[in-house]
Amino acid sequence: MTETLTTNLPRLATLASARTTAAAQAAEGLALQEGRLSAHNLQVYYGDFLAIRSVDLDIALRRITAIIGPSGCGKSTLLRAFNRMNDFIPTARVEGEIRFRGQNIYNPAVDPTALRRRIGMVFQKPNPFPKSIYENIAWGAHINGFRGNPDELVETCLRKAALWDEVKDKLDQSGLSLSGGQQQRLCLARALAVGPEVILMDEPCSALDPIATLKIEDLMRELAANYTIVIVTHNMQQAARVSDFTAMMMMDDQRAGSVIEFDETRTIFTRPRDRRTEDYVTGRFG
Amino acid sequence: MSAPAAEGVFRSNLSARHRRGRVWRAVFLGSTAVALIALAALGGNILRDSVGLVAVQDAIDPGRLADRPLERLAPAELMAILQDHLSPAVFQRLDSEQPFAERSRRALHKLVIERVVEPQILASWPLDESLLERGRIEAEAARDYPRARLEFRAWVNTNFLSRPMSSDPMRAGIRTALLGSLWLIGITLVFAFPVGVASAVYLEEYASRSRLNRAIQTNIDNLAGVPSIIYGMLGLALFVRALGPLTSGAFLGLTDTNGRTILSGGLTMGLLVLPLIIINAQEAIRAVPSSLREAAYGLGATRWQTVWSHVLPQALPGILTGTILAMSRAIGETAPLIVVGASTFNPSDPTGPFSRFSALPIQIYNWASRPQAEFHNLAAAAIIVLLAALLGLNAAAILLRDRYSRGLRGT
Repeated sequence: MTETLTTNLPRLATLASARTTAAAQAAEGLALQEGRLSAHNLQVYYGDFLAIRSVDLDIALRRITAIIGPSGCGKSTLLRAFNRMNDFIPTARVEGEIRFRGQNIYNPAVDPTALRRRIGMVFQKPNPFPKSIYENIAWGAHINGFRGNPDELVETCLRKAALWDEVKDKLDQSGLSLSGGQQQRLCLARALAVGPEVILMDEPCSALDPIATLKIEDLMRELAANYTIVIVTHNMQQAARVSDFTAMMMMDDQRAGSVIEFDETRTIFTRPRDRRTEDYVTGRFG
Repeated sequence: MSAPAAEGVFRSNLSARHRRGRVWRAVFLGSTAVALIALAALGGNILRDSVGLVAVQDAIDPGRLADRPLERLAPAELMAILQDHLSPAVFQRLDSEQPFAERSRRALHKLVIERVVEPQILASWPLDESLLERGRIEAEAARDYPRARLEFRAWVNTNFLSRPMSSDPMRAGIRTALLGSLWLIGITLVFAFPVGVASAVYLEEYASRSRLNRAIQTNIDNLAGVPSIIYGMLGLALFVRALGPLTSGAFLGLTDTNGRTILSGGLTMGLLVLPLIIINAQEAIRAVPSSLREAAYGLGATRWQTVWSHVLPQALPGILTGTILAMSRAIGETAPLIVVGASTFNPSDPTGPFSRFSALPIQIYNWASRPQAEFHNLAAAAIIVLLAALLGLNAAAILLRDRYSRGLRGT
């Protein structure tokens, strides 16, 4: 197997790059009306500390992009820069651009509140509201001025999150009464309810058991048909299983994180260009 | 190197460590015992004064008023007794307040006891003496008050709760003071709760970590420790004097009051407890997990939507607990009320925010500072009422909080 891979290396590389270009071109066409997400020379500071150094990243439309790397390398910081969640950290400061729907989201004219409706987020620890399952989903839509039928919306979102059959008879029970995996799918359904285009996931399975993890991963594959997904994960098997593209991040001597390699997931896991990536994905490091 | 060699570097001090642990455990137990003894002493002391034997003497022996016991007399006969023994002027006045013909038999009987029989308390003994030295007390009473009879009296009774202030210990009650206290904490709550919670929300959710905001925070923390008499001085200068036209109700056309009203007292108390409410509410808001805020912000909620729908409901049990604690402080405060001008003798009930007022702690202070022992009994009885009000308030807060947080957990 290893031998085949090595001998076929040049051919595979050509194929991979050709596919990347094709995907990029297809995405380019949709970029204006749908909005593609990309970072350009992005730097994030916490006070004087440089947390992320000059990141350039093109997130493919309706694909799953995984961000991997050792702890503390700035994966979550990068993810949170995409929907301006870092705004809530008083010392955080951003330089460079993140472009979404043809606009730099750090432009003063952009309202982060409106942005976060289009770029939703699922967090590391399931964090349903301490309210009923129904309200968990309906609330986000309600505050964003949803004018349709909330009952239908709740059902649709729970079905999309593969949770409907488990909770349809207890919609008025607290979201906290569910199991960890169910709670995380509830959080996913909640994020879907406000009609996002992009879903950011910050280690969504790290608090879940393997079975619940698999369910979430299956769900991600299904959702990728309609949504752009960016996932931060510590679990390399997970990145390999679910993602189409993988960005490898690493800290430098000043503890500033940067993307050292970004390619199709297959390439990252089979023929990484960077020595550090290879060490990391093969488990020799971190 | 090897295990026995490593063993040698540890001194076998296990028994000494356990001994030291036992000593500390005894110290902790002793401290708890001291607290319990102090509490028991407080309770015992109050109880001792609030129940006991009294020597009661009637101005006129009821047996001389009629040939049967007063309880069995008909209304007409009771009316006749009143007419015989009251001066015509007093009789006329009582009749014009409410015609005797319309009064019930019970009301007339009560009137005869109060106005004609006029029982007076001549002496009182504390509970422990009443129980253990009955013989001595009986001898003492027979010697000093030959016409009096000994009765066992609980100073907290329905009459005590329902009667207004009086200079006669037999008739004195705390209705006026109780109503005054209720009015006071009502005004305090209405003023301090919204202002305090709103400040806490601002400081926790909106204010940046600037130098100015840190200074404000430090000042609020310090204000919580300022002695209450100083708040009294502030209330006197601000509410009674400077804002007198407002707090006296003069702007509404009231002319019979000055600034020393319930409103001034309540607002002063409000200032006093405001830092407590702010600090407690901040504590409660800070305890709301940030994951909840992130969840809301991540859906495109504004700061206000997040605060209103998630942070405040989650923090409410803590905020309520803090508020109730602050109210407990307000209901027991005495010093600022004295400065602001609570009346120590006020027989008329408060009728609104612009009334003159008295309050439970003022009443207790007043009674306790009188020389006669009977007023000390009254003070003890009033303390029991005050403590009961406090316990009731705290119990209500705990019930409210538990019910609410159970609702949040969804079980």
